[in-house]
Amino acid sequence: MDVIVWLIPVALFLGLAGLAGFFWAVRSGQFDDPEGAANRILLDDDRL
Amino acid sequence: MTLVSSRNEITATAGCCLSSAAGDLATARAGSDSARPAESLSDFVTVDGDGVCRIGLYTDGVHCSGCIAAIEGALGRLPDMLEARLNLTSRRLRLAWRGDAERVNLFAGTVRSLGYAVMPVDDDAADQPGSREERQLLAALAIAGFAAANVMLLSVSVWSGHVSGMGEGTRTLFHWLSALIALPAIAWSGRPFFRSAWRALAKRRLNMDVPIALAVVLASMMSVAQTAMAAEHAYFDAAITLLFFLLVGRYLDQRMRSRARSAAARLAGLAPRRATRISDDGRLTETRVEDLTAGMRIQIMPGDRLPVDGRIEAGTSSLDASLLTGESLPRTVRPGDTVHAGTVNLDGLLTVRVLAVGNATLLADIARMTEAAEGRKTEYIRLADRLAQWYAPVVHIVSAAAFLGWLLVGGGWVWSLTVAITALIITCPCALGLAVPATQTVAVGRLLARGVVVKAADGLERLAEIDTVVFDKTGTLTEGRPVLLDPENHDSRDLALAAALARHSRHPFSRALVAAGDPGELIIRDVREEAGAGLEGLLDGQPVRLGSARWCGVGEQLPETGTDSLVWLRRGDQPAIAFRFEDRLRDDAISAVTGLRQAGLALYLLSGDQPGPVTEAAGRLGITNAQAGLSPGDKLRIIETLRADGCRVLMVGDGLNDAPALAAGHASAALGDAADISRMASDVVLQGNRLRDLVELVVVARAAKRIAFQNFAMALLYNLVAVPVAVLGFATPLVAAVAMSSSSLLVTLNALRLRLVARRIG
Repeated sequence: MDVIVWLIPVALFLGLAGLAGFFWAVRSGQFDDPEGAANRILLDDDRL
Repeated sequence: MTLVSSRNEITATAGCCLSSAAGDLATARAGSDSARPAESLSDFVTVDGDGVCRIGLYTDGVHCSGCIAAIEGALGRLPDMLEARLNLTSRRLRLAWRGDAERVNLFAGTVRSLGYAVMPVDDDAADQPGSREERQLLAALAIAGFAAANVMLLSVSVWSGHVSGMGEGTRTLFHWLSALIALPAIAWSGRPFFRSAWRALAKRRLNMDVPIALAVVLASMMSVAQTAMAAEHAYFDAAITLLFFLLVGRYLDQRMRSRARSAAARLAGLAPRRATRISDDGRLTETRVEDLTAGMRIQIMPGDRLPVDGRIEAGTSSLDASLLTGESLPRTVRPGDTVHAGTVNLDGLLTVRVLAVGNATLLADIARMTEAAEGRKTEYIRLADRLAQWYAPVVHIVSAAAFLGWLLVGGGWVWSLTVAITALIITCPCALGLAVPATQTVAVGRLLARGVVVKAADGLERLAEIDTVVFDKTGTLTEGRPVLLDPENHDSRDLALAAALARHSRHPFSRALVAAGDPGELIIRDVREEAGAGLEGLLDGQPVRLGSARWCGVGEQLPETGTDSLVWLRRGDQPAIAFRFEDRLRDDAISAVTGLRQAGLALYLLSGDQPGPVTEAAGRLGITNAQAGLSPGDKLRIIETLRADGCRVLMVGDGLNDAPALAAGHASAALGDAADISRMASDVVLQGNRLRDLVELVVVARAAKRIAFQNFAMALLYNLVAVPVAVLGFATPLVAAVAMSSSSLLVTLNALRLRLVARRIG
């Protein structure tokens, strides 16, 4: 059972990393225009 | 090479996607052009310290990647353009450039020439507060979700530990770990509920957030106590899962409202901000409208909107007063006539002596009447809140009774408290907190995709209750501008000649002629416009005249039926030709009216126009209750009388003269090209200007209400079964949390059923 001493912190850390990633995504505006983002991948020109 | 070809393809797709929308856009634009002459957008540009100009523009008609490519491609290539980005979700085009602020009119012209309508929006005022609140809720939701998942992982281990023989030490360690994750998360994510509950308690009232906050706080405190005593159960999982589910509902509610707000946040600023003042020595100076005072003289160019009330000193012209009075035809004004702010000068140069400015104008009177009507309207209590008024006390009484009852029969305080918390969690108002927002989100999202913006948070609920619809005529049921009747009965050469002459004027009849006939290569020289009479020009040395009967020297009068108007065309000495015009019903007016009647609604027509056109329109639509010649105050009074008789009125209008009536109705809808104040005053804006959408609006609103009631019924039934079980002590908080979650899922799934209803009508 000693392994849980490692496993629990590792699991928590992974969860926290996901949470931080989500916050980063929100803050960097990735949810500001979901419709536009879906359509923009159809544009070939990188400049747009 | 590949780059170039791919860009061409994009432009090609843009072209094809535009062509589908081009038809209605062209008409929409023609309509808004006639109502709104070219006014400068540069007043809306903000310039920062580095000389960078910025503006946000609402762009109507964008819907695909082709639209993005067309707009951003056209603007991004311009020199000194720093940023040109189109947000497809909020339909905002954000522009930043170096140089002259005036260039914005050029940019807007470019976008318009691609086939989209643009309007300035005030980004700071409309967008920011909503999105900050929304972002906070999203963060709370994310943290609650993270905590709920991790606590649940630990809890599942503990539960299986009961079977497989987990030691007491490990169990307590897991409980402490749960506390470590759950307590900060609850404290942080629960803030929206705690705040709202506290506000209600401070006012000595109960709302739905009081039992929620109480259940969460009690469950956490009790779990800490249990954990400290190394007991077998802790209920962190129940508390945090409850919060997570409720936050989903809260977030959906918030997002729906802020999306509707951003879509409706076109600025109330298309009123003129500048005027040309004539000094006593005859010099012309640009002044701000706020600096004008009574007694000053101002000059009004053709195409300008009047900023003030005044009397004409010099010049004759035609004034378009349709937004103000509902009259479809322009009025000819001469020196000595009184004119009002908000009307549009069509063809002559006018010198106006200012009589009243700002708050003293007729325009401001209407605005005040609108505000007063809004104030008189009794505050509508939302469905969920009405239920909460009796639901919340019942929940508290039941839990308190369970606690005291178990304490009295000797259950011990720990057991009694557990039962009380279980009852609180089981009765958690998920149907109210989750299902109603979910239903509304589906309904509002569906309507938004059709261009129907539900602005008011309780708008759908009020719409579901209406039994009477009151229409305005000019601009609402009709196009709001004259259209040439029977163009096929005219010689195409006559039409071409009339159109070639009409090109030089902004009078509504001229615009209708240009729309109906193609001038081709015809060029008419020396065109001059005689205000209130007509146009004259030279074709191959021969005079050509277009205008009233007198202007064209027509002696005999053709009968006018009262609904249509005649315009004459005379070339040299040849006999004059008559063109007949009418303010036509919108294409979908009849089907919309029929649909609403089939939905069981009583219909009224209230108009400020002359009796002739009103009777004609009412007859064609089959509306028996029609009244003409009404002032804005009259409309307001009729709506209030109807309300006093117990009718729940949906007012549909567009003009300034409708604004007080829109504010007074139980619910109200304005068309997308309506006057700003009317859009502000109404609950729903039909951005596509399609009356047919009203039918869908009513059907969806009613379906949303039906589904909300089903959800309440389900939740109530579930409570009737679960509460006795909980109170009698057969359910632990764990079972309560599982039961609560499953009922949440059930009501949410039922709410999503609305999508099917919406699809059936669409």
